Amino acid sequence: MTAAAPELTLRHPIERFTLDNGLRVVLAPDRSVPVVAVSVYYDVGMRNEPEGRTGFAHLFEHLMFQGSANVAKMEHARLVQAAGGTFNGSTHQDYTNYFEALPSEALERALFLEADRMAAPAITEENLRNQIDVVKEEIRVNVLNRPYGAFPWLQLPQVAFETFANTHDGYGSFVDLESSTVDDATDFFSRYYAPGNAVLCIGGDLDVAETEKLVRRWFGPVPARHVPPLPHTGEPSPTTVRTAVVEDALAPAPALAIGWRVPDPVGDFDSYLGTVLLAELLSEGDASRLERRLIHDDRIAIAQSSYVGLFGDPFDVRDATLLTTQVHHPAAVPADRVMAAVHEEIGRIAQDGVDPAELSRVQARIEAQLLQQADSVLGRTLAFAAAELVHGRAELAGELAARLAAVSPEAVRTAARGLDPGTAAVLELRPAGGAR
Amino acid sequence: MTAVQEPTLIPPLGEPRPHPTPVAAETTLPNGLRVVVVPRPGVPLVELRLRVPFAASNARNAGVHAARGAVLSGAVLLGTQRHDQTDIAQLLQGHGAELSVSTDADRLVFGTTLLPGGLGPVLELLAELLTGASYPAGQVDGERDRLAERIAIARSQPGMIARSALAARRFGAHPYAIGLPDADLVSAVRAPALRRLHRERVVPAGSILVLVGDLDPRAAADTVAAALEGWTATGKAVETPPVGEQRVPGIELVDRPGAVQSNLRLGGLAPSRTDPELPALRLAAMIFGGYFSSRLVENIRERRGYSYSPRSAVEHQRAASSFLVEADVATEVTGPALLETLYELGRMSLTPVTEAELDAARRYILGSMALSTSTHAGLASTLSALLGVGLPADWLTTHQRDLTEVTVEQVQAAAARYLAPEALTAVVVGDAGRVAAELGTLAPVTVSGGGDPA
Repeated sequence: MTAAAPELTLRHPIERFTLDNGLRVVLAPDRSVPVVAVSVYYDVGMRNEPEGRTGFAHLFEHLMFQGSANVAKMEHARLVQAAGGTFNGSTHQDYTNYFEALPSEALERALFLEADRMAAPAITEENLRNQIDVVKEEIRVNVLNRPYGAFPWLQLPQVAFETFANTHDGYGSFVDLESSTVDDATDFFSRYYAPGNAVLCIGGDLDVAETEKLVRRWFGPVPARHVPPLPHTGEPSPTTVRTAVVEDALAPAPALAIGWRVPDPVGDFDSYLGTVLLAELLSEGDASRLERRLIHDDRIAIAQSSYVGLFGDPFDVRDATLLTTQVHHPAAVPADRVMAAVHEEIGRIAQDGVDPAELSRVQARIEAQLLQQADSVLGRTLAFAAAELVHGRAELAGELAARLAAVSPEAVRTAARGLDPGTAAVLELRPAGGAR
Repeated sequence: MTAVQEPTLIPPLGEPRPHPTPVAAETTLPNGLRVVVVPRPGVPLVELRLRVPFAASNARNAGVHAARGAVLSGAVLLGTQRHDQTDIAQLLQGHGAELSVSTDADRLVFGTTLLPGGLGPVLELLAELLTGASYPAGQVDGERDRLAERIAIARSQPGMIARSALAARRFGAHPYAIGLPDADLVSAVRAPALRRLHRERVVPAGSILVLVGDLDPRAAADTVAAALEGWTATGKAVETPPVGEQRVPGIELVDRPGAVQSNLRLGGLAPSRTDPELPALRLAAMIFGGYFSSRLVENIRERRGYSYSPRSAVEHQRAASSFLVEADVATEVTGPALLETLYELGRMSLTPVTEAELDAARRYILGSMALSTSTHAGLASTLSALLGVGLPADWLTTHQRDLTEVTVEQVQAAAARYLAPEALTAVVVGDAGRVAAELGTLAPVTVSGGGDPA
């Protein structure tokens, strides 16, 4: 079996410095292709939204593309794309990110664009109304007009957690979105988009000294502001089963999501790694426990997956988070039967442990997946940035394969013991309405 | 639109650094299999793609062929004489690999990533599947039933309903009219039919194996030859028949009662990859709606808020290339959104684009091509697709040079021919009770009942 090489992505050396305004900067040079990636991670996500302002982190992300002090509307996109680059942004539970991948000669332009909107985005009534409409269309595409829309990421947290931070709809209610004002947006920007609340990570074809100079030139003048304290989003571990049912008028077949609380992804990282491997062992590929049991042997499911973190990235979330097992099954199979089989398979691991050969196959596969992500300049830059923001160490992204390769069968067994049927959050999706 | 005004604050671009050009080493095995190996710096991984021509032999059996192909792509992994399904998955997993198998109207593709040390064993396993997949009857039935359920779920997605309706309307009796296999035809598939299909069609002649990544080309070619020389199935590769597309006038409205959005889809022919007009058309499609800086996005998203991600694209199949426009819009603005889309298409066809628009689109296409081929996986998939339609490995370089020479006049000529509203076939999926009348003011509407109630 191939052992994970510790040098894996560490041959991308990491350089870091902090500007006087508090902006943390990470450089990860690698000159093998003339491509550079620029990313800015702000430490504000869906979990930071105030009550009555659901969906605001995401709406604000849209506003950040509407221009800034020296950039007209549509010009952000034009300046990146006309340089041969691509761009995007995304809103997560614990952060909001903005990024570009460009030919390396466009590096300074990307730094200018990010610095300009870090200093002064164009928050206007017209832009706000326009982007509320666009976000509503996004929600219609991804949630309201399709079967299984946002299942289970919008509904399962309501079952699994207690606090507003963890349970509310991160896409936002139309009522909250429509009542948003320019003042709300200005306040949100001023509170959360301080340079000291952000990480700038640049990866790929760059010269460290020259890039540091450019970063200081463009980001240095952004004034320092107060940095809000990190909110506590952890919750006490649940002690009971909680269940809910959602009806989906568009879905042709039922689905089931089971969520278990897992160790603190940051504070208890070693235990957490056992949980990450457990999810892979349960559901990745035809050799996995649940694929064999639910799909091939019992034939009670159409598709299954298990993952850690609400959006499937285990290394970009803070506490509290879940291991989720999601199963689509035929209407003829009762959800209880599926659930019993899942609990039984996890119970088997908790009881008997894991064969080291099986675990090392899973470790080889996860190593290949991490390497594949690291092959893209943008992919590894985003991984470094998330690791710096969430874990305080960009280097961690490069060490993950080696850390996962060192996890023992016993740690995976311990993780399985944590997935107690008596503390699961269960969400059943049932087809309703006229769908055939 | 006026030329982009760049305030002096905006940093100019530096000197571009050329992308390293990958060098493909090509051999053909005695059994007819083409093998293309591309060593590339980067992460210690190898990407593998095996492409087998897999078109229906004629239009009449295209539905059955699509159903059997879809089941075969899952069932080929169910076992051989030597290994069962779990053995196969475990052998691959131990080398970081997981084989994905997929079919469409043109081809069957086996693909995976793998750790470099696993090249020999993974190729041996691939050979075992190619020469000895056993299609065990009981497991084939399970795979088939699961596929039928997955097709039912896919068919409930409005985007899939729209895509299938447009393909059916544009391609009529040609195999490309089939968006998703028919669930009843899938349910009728049995193991013996798959064994026959595999024997007749999974053959080395006409197939192409691409390996990209951390490898030595000579050693890799030897490993491939040793592993795959026993794949001696004889049979004839079948390629897709030519397309004679008829443009269908008017709008087909697929009724989806209660839908909160309408899915607008327009499609027509585009130049093929070997047509000298392709570079100009790609640029026209980009300026119209191919990226965020395009006219369509500026109009119906950033100005009017009608749609989240309106877009256009040029798609290539082996026997037909297509220009496609897609926008999902709120039900209450369906008519106005289609009107603006048609207006922007007409404007592309009748008036010249600006030099600034052309330069921006050109740089974006060149930049995004460089980005998408700057990973092992991206380069392997791109090469497999190009070689599979008969193009040389250096086509990308030629195409990039052609793109740099396109003029404003050529863009307008291509737009007039391919982007004109009169050249396109239209499908809308939405609530007919709410949108039929307003769509009727733009073109005659035919309502069909293909969509489930929303």
